[in-house]
Amino acid sequence: MLTPEEIKEIEHELAHYEQPAAATIEALKIVQKHRGWVSDEAVADIAAKLGTSPASVDSVATFYNLIYRRPVGRHVIHVCDSVSCWVMGQTRLSDALQQRLGVKLGETTTDGRFTLLPICCLGTCDRAPAMLIDQDTHRDLESVEDHRLDAILEKYK
Amino acid sequence: MTLRTAPPDRPLTDRIRPEHEPYNLREYEKHGGYQGLRKALKMAPQEVTALVKNAGLRGRGGAGFHTGVKWGLVPMDGSAKQKYIVANGDEMEPGTFKDRLLLEGDPHQFVEGIAAAGYAIGATVGYVFLRAEYFLAAERLRKAIAECYAHKLLGEDIQGSGFTFNLYLHTSAGRYICGEETALISSLEGKRAVPRAKPPFPAQSGLFGKPTVVNNIETLCNVPHIVLYGAEWFRSISKSVDGGTKIYGASGKVKRPGAWELPMGTTAREILEEHAGGMRDGLKLRGFLPGGASTDFLTADHLDLAMDFDTIAKAGSRMGTGQMIVLDDHTSVVGMLRNLEKFFATESCGWFTPCRDGLPWTERILRDLEAGKGRPGDLELLQQQTRLLGPGRTFCAHAPGAMEPLQSALKYFRADFERGIAGTAPAKVA
Repeated sequence: MLTPEEIKEIEHELAHYEQPAAATIEALKIVQKHRGWVSDEAVADIAAKLGTSPASVDSVATFYNLIYRRPVGRHVIHVCDSVSCWVMGQTRLSDALQQRLGVKLGETTTDGRFTLLPICCLGTCDRAPAMLIDQDTHRDLESVEDHRLDAILEKYK
Repeated sequence: MTLRTAPPDRPLTDRIRPEHEPYNLREYEKHGGYQGLRKALKMAPQEVTALVKNAGLRGRGGAGFHTGVKWGLVPMDGSAKQKYIVANGDEMEPGTFKDRLLLEGDPHQFVEGIAAAGYAIGATVGYVFLRAEYFLAAERLRKAIAECYAHKLLGEDIQGSGFTFNLYLHTSAGRYICGEETALISSLEGKRAVPRAKPPFPAQSGLFGKPTVVNNIETLCNVPHIVLYGAEWFRSISKSVDGGTKIYGASGKVKRPGAWELPMGTTAREILEEHAGGMRDGLKLRGFLPGGASTDFLTADHLDLAMDFDTIAKAGSRMGTGQMIVLDDHTSVVGMLRNLEKFFATESCGWFTPCRDGLPWTERILRDLEAGKGRPGDLELLQQQTRLLGPGRTFCAHAPGAMEPLQSALKYFRADFERGIAGTAPAKVA
């Protein structure tokens, strides 16, 4: 069941479009904001709210990079793997993160604190390599000493 | 309210103060803001379109289509009850970060631009399609939009002109293909971002089947200045046949990566050597992608070319977004291509089978060449892919875009690929 708050937020977005189903992406993002991810049940509830089918909502949910159809950790790290960051040494950053957290790309730490995912270009190529943790962009990560990476990760409990 | 005495040479970044909060509405108006929109509202919509056409403004998203011509395709005879203007702020072209700087630095300039554009085509509703990860830009834009509603610069009857314009922010959930204008329209309708066949063009049938214009953020930011200072001024600040300035940029191993507003037609050499400070010590420039991942490599021989749409096209590439990605002599060419093709393979929407399957195949061949495990005939296979996935053979521009860096790398750096075939010397790795 969608919560009253989720319904209110979805209805606010609905009003901006000619057709209710146009708010599918907004609805998915709203649910994910409150719950961290989008379950099968939430897909069905959103479909009912927008007057469309669960299959249709799921086809959208699985298309976009930033809708999670599986539970994620409390914090999600998106490490940019596009060309400018790659030239500047993003492979080192990605390897260091995997080593530090003991997970591979696409996995969640056993304590449920971090999920590590690759992402395409974050649009901050003049300060590459970069990564996004939750809503914070971290830049200039060309040389990643252990202490510096730890200091960044420390902020996310 | 003060009107500046002389028109600016760098209109887009004139009001941006790096590392500062952007101007709020009051400050923006104090610095000449919303004068362009006020002036536009006193003109006939078709006059605004004609002005933009005469100014020689070409789309800054990469394709370089004439903005005024695009607007001119929208029916203005009253036959369409609802029309839309959509700002393309998806900016997921690797190497590109100009629209973020414009939205974070001066959100009101953009709002003024889209409102004036909406007026020109008779759209009463506008959407900003913004990529998901631009949280700061979204926050600043929301604030600017709210200020405008509170001061009758958006909403019903703007400034007593009788023009109604509502502006909504849509933040995406992330996919590169959303930047393609028909895919963007699909996405805005709440669907998978699958491109649509053209014709019909969006100007006839776009969002929800209504006439729609999709313009890039930087393109729209130019509009208030053109209205305020005129077409002649806009052409005068350019060094090229196309009007205006351009936010050029550079990333890779240059001394000072960044973005700079410069006259359209500034040379690649000036951008890379003066503004970006040249290559880092000990490194040489081997090549550069002039405007994002989906543009053909150029080399040191092309540095004196003017960075404008026609000049770069004549040299066999595209200016694209004008944000250059630099390849140095210590970075593996084959590795860089493998990275680029992995990106395009991952971001294919899957609609068109040769794109969905051909791009991962290309990536696999490059992966083998990078590891020194290529097979005889691999280069010919890659060459064939660049033809089969090239312009005119695909459903949209995604796969041809993917082939641009590859076909040019095979042309300029062929020996690097040859070294990746098993049994020859190992590929050069950074």
